[in-house]
Order: sequence, then C-alpha cells, then structure tokens
Amino acid sequence: MKVLVPVKRVIDYNVKVRVKSDGSGVDLNNVKMSMNPFDEIAVEEAIRLKEAGKVEEVIAVSIGVKQAQETLRTALAMGADRAILVVAADDVHQDIEPLAVAKILKGVVEQEQPGLVLCGKQAIDNDMNATGQMLAALLGWSQATFASKVEIEGDKARVTREVDGGLQTIAVAMPAVVTVDLRLNEPRYASLPNIMKAKKKPLDEKTAEDYGVDVSPRLEIVGTTEPAARKAGVMVGSVDELVDKLKNEAGVI
Amino acid sequence: MIETPRHEEEHVSEIRSAVRAICARYSEDYWKDLDATHGYPTEFVAELTESGFLGCLIPEEYGGAGLGLPEACAILEEVSRAGGHPGAAHAQMYVMGSVLRHGTAEQKQKYLPKVASGELRLQSFGVTEPTTGTDTTSLKTTARREGDTYVVNGQKVWISRVQHSDLMVLLARTKPIEQRSRKTDGLSAFIVDLRGAEERGLTVKPIDAMINHHSCELFFDDFEIPAENLLGTEHEGFRVVMDGMNAERILIAAECVGDGRYFVDKAVAYANDRVVFGRPIGQNQGVSFPIAKAYAKVEAASLMVDRAAALFAAGKPCGAEANMAKMLAAEASWEAGDTCLQTHGGFGISREYHIERKLRETRLYQIAPISTNLILSYVSEHVLGMPRSF
Repeated sequence: MKVLVPVKRVIDYNVKVRVKSDGSGVDLNNVKMSMNPFDEIAVEEAIRLKEAGKVEEVIAVSIGVKQAQETLRTALAMGADRAILVVAADDVHQDIEPLAVAKILKGVVEQEQPGLVLCGKQAIDNDMNATGQMLAALLGWSQATFASKVEIEGDKARVTREVDGGLQTIAVAMPAVVTVDLRLNEPRYASLPNIMKAKKKPLDEKTAEDYGVDVSPRLEIVGTTEPAARKAGVMVGSVDELVDKLKNEAGVI
Repeated sequence: MIETPRHEEEHVSEIRSAVRAICARYSEDYWKDLDATHGYPTEFVAELTESGFLGCLIPEEYGGAGLGLPEACAILEEVSRAGGHPGAAHAQMYVMGSVLRHGTAEQKQKYLPKVASGELRLQSFGVTEPTTGTDTTSLKTTARREGDTYVVNGQKVWISRVQHSDLMVLLARTKPIEQRSRKTDGLSAFIVDLRGAEERGLTVKPIDAMINHHSCELFFDDFEIPAENLLGTEHEGFRVVMDGMNAERILIAAECVGDGRYFVDKAVAYANDRVVFGRPIGQNQGVSFPIAKAYAKVEAASLMVDRAAALFAAGKPCGAEANMAKMLAAEASWEAGDTCLQTHGGFGISREYHIERKLRETRLYQIAPISTNLILSYVSEHVLGMPRSF
C-alpha cells in the first residue's frame, strides 16, 4: 500500500507574524517558512507505518509556490520515498484555497492510487481545517479526523479521535483520508546523512493545469488585523488590594 | 526571530532547520544549569553526534557526511543562535582535520570512522603552554624518542574538553630549540590516547574560569606515547596543527554570528514587549538604534564568514578572511550582547534571562583561539604589507 501525505509550506511557528500594511494578509517576505507542524506529524506517522511494514511507499505532495520544494525535501529527509510538487502559484502571498487543493489532491490520488491519505488536520496559517474533509468527499472515501492514534488492520483503519468530550475510536473502511492531531506522535528531525540522501530522491514537478484545476480564489479576504495588544500589568500593593481588584474590577471571584 | 535572506544551497537551510529542531529539545535552562554546575552537555553532544552533524566534515568513506565548511558553519551558528554553547562540542568537528590531512592510511582508518560515529571523542588540542601562548614555536614540552615510544615531559594550559575526550592531538618539542634550523622546525604532533592516561603520568587540573568551557591544565611526567601515534612527519608537527587553524577560526566566527543573532532576536523581542511610560521601549530611538546598529554589524560579519567559508571550501587561500571573519564576528557578537543586556535593563543581569551567560561565552572569542591583536598584526603585515611588529 502507498500512503500519500500532503504537506503545506507555511510561516514558521516561531515567527512573530506581521500584518501587511494594506491588511490583505500576513507579510511573508524574508520570514522563515517551514512545513506545517500538523503535516510533519502526518509524515512521521506515514514513516512509522512504513517502518512497521504496513505500507510500502510514502509519497509527499505539496501544492503552492515553487519554493514548496524545500518543504518536500524536508519530508524526504525525514524518510518519505518520493515527492510531487504541484506549482499552482507564483506569488508567495497567494494561498491556494482548500477546495482547489482538495481537487488537485484528488487528481494525484487517482494517478498514484494510495490506500491512505494522511494529512494534518489544518494548516497553522489560515486554520481552515477543511482540505482533508473535502478530499474525502470528492473521492467518496471514508474519513477520520483529528487522529491521536492510527492502526491499520487489514482493510480497516482504527482511528482514535480527539473530540470535545474525550477520545472516540472509530473503524473506517480503507481507502481513507485521515487527518492528524497534535498528540499522534512526536515528529523526528532529519539527520545529516538523511538530508543528503534526500537530495537524490525523486521530486516530480507538476502544475495545477496538469490536473485541470482552476485555482482562482473563491473567497475574498476582507481584512486582516493583529490581535489586540496585551495591556501592561499593574503592581498591587497588598493581598487585600489584589482580592479587591479580582472581586470588584475583574469580577472573577 | 529575524530571518536574513541568504543565498545558500537548499540542503544548508535544511541543515539549519534540523539543528534548530535538535536545539529545541535542550532549553536555555539546560545550558544555564550546566553553567551553574560546570556540567558537560553529554546528552546534547550525543544527539548532535548520532544525528551525524558533528561528522559533517569527515569524508563519506570514513562514515562522515563529507560536507564542507559552509555546512559546518551553519550547524554551529544554529547551536549558538538557539542559546546553546557549541564550544562544548565544536572541536569534535575540526580536530580530526589534522588526522585527515596528515595521518597515515592506517591512522585514518583506525580513528576517523570512530570519530564520525562518536565512539571516539577527539576534541582536544594540546598546544598552548603557560609561557608560550601565541609564540607556539617556542613551546617547551618535550617528547623524547626512546625505542618504540616517545616520552613526554612538560606542561600545557587552556586545553579544553580533556575530560570529555578519548583522544587529543598534542604538539611537543622533539628537537632542542638550539638545534632547530628554522622557527617551526623540531615540533612534532601526536595522537594521545587519554583513556587511562592519568595512571600513566598525565595530571589533569580543571581551571575555574569565567565560562563553562571545560579547560584544563595538563602536566606530563614521563608520559609515554607509542611511536606509531606520531602524526605527520617528525619535527614537522607545527604544520600539522597550524593548517587546521583557518577552519577553526571560521567555525568560531560562525558561532559568534549565531550569538549575535541570538542577542538581536532577544533584544528586539524585549524592546517590542516591554512597556514603560505606556509604550514599548523599542519606540525610543535610544533603545532601537543600538539594536539596529548591532544587527547591521552582525550581518556584515556574517558576510565575511560566508566568504571565508566559501574560499576554504574551494581550497583557496583564506588566511586573511578567516582571521578577519573571526575578529569581526567576535566584536559584533559582543556589541550585540552588550546592547541586548542594556535593552533588558536590570533583568539583563538576571541569570534567568540567559543573556549574561551568553555574553560571557561570546567574550571568549576575542581572546581565543587567537586574540584580536594578533589578527590585526597578521592583517597589517601579510595583507597590507606593513612592517612585522614582533
């Protein structure tokens, strides 16, 4: 069985984001970009499934600007076998919306015929949490979202999901789309020998047109603003004053 | 974190990301506690070794990655940028260069694969003596040939990581100073097995110092080294040791660049967050300008490091660039550190903020591995053609 792992190039989680002056989005010039952390978890899980002998090949795919090939190299250095880059944008500020991504992924799935798509539950840039679900719908496949545990048993996947009330375990028929949550695993970092080996692994380049998908946006960004700045704290002189403030100003006790 | 656009190969930025991921597992408190207890970052060094990063410069045929100085610089820069102290481990990267360039086929086969795997820690260089620091050619420790062994007597000082090394490269006098044909004649290099050496005539005395650099005094008392451990040609050991110096300087310059970036990152974050009189202190140009200036100097030094590393990797002469990179980077990191501390006000000296520790650590590099005056002397004489001063 092959596993397909879609990975997205996003602003690094350590970067303090800055909103562009025209409010059209976040400034991505000269900021560090990395693999979406949830996608890293998906890559790790795919590699573990391969190491456990459950799958034969791990294919990473990324859709976006050409620079996303760096993200794919990371996946290859972690242990993916090969990669597919679908160039769908020229400008780093152009985000491809989930539906277009899901449609392209559907095309990739039809070509590659994986038994499982493992993807991050959402990307940390726009927090859409939509691509995996849309892909499952377009393919008519089972879906299991927010996975904290994935077990492949024959033609079924047993997936433990993190839901509001606790954990829910479901069995879904394969092929399936599984979106992964934070606590599924701790992704490995690439060792130096593996970084060098990754340079020699195959990376195919395609375009959105190859899959006949129109990536023009359907959503309009009306505005982007930074969260309100935290107000400076105050020093209280005594415990009584603190209690008084908690009771009468904050109203929390 | 301020990300400088760099024109480097994709795998170098990949290396940076992986090293950052390793460093993220070792918090700044990890380094602070080691500093307080004079501890050695055993776990960190083991992880950096096992993941292949310390074997960066070792050729692939000996189990290393076979990469060059630009990659090695990226690794050490990222460790210091993350708040760590790469000085604890950097020598494992480059001391082996003496064996690689001057060792016999047997020596290379015997040692290099194990250095690459980390099974052997070769991270000490025994050169400096109490009365001979920079004037290496006058060193006094002797190695007397007796049959199949050399017998060593003398004293060394500021020899780092001896207690965390299995092997050391030692430079000692094999010909009396009066008989030498030229200044550099009569010194020989040896591979010294440090395991059990303290029962064989070596006394190791750690030096209590400003930073946690694991530096020691060494006393040799009829200490025997098998003759087969001679590294390079007898009496020609000066070259064995010296031709690794450019690499060392460039790598240490890269560490300083990492320190500089660390300080600028911290200063900027604090200047933006800390509110006094109802506004962030970074709004005051008295606060922001020194940070901007420090940033510009770190960036300039970084360019010189890149140039020196590229020349070294291309096998071209790079003495001037290596020296200038080390000087500029060490000065830039110090200025950035001083600015960072000033930006933090009183909190800057609190150990909890790590700045004072990093500032102490980066200060060393205006002294070691070569002091700024010696660099200026080199540039005056060898680059600008002015008279020799000593």
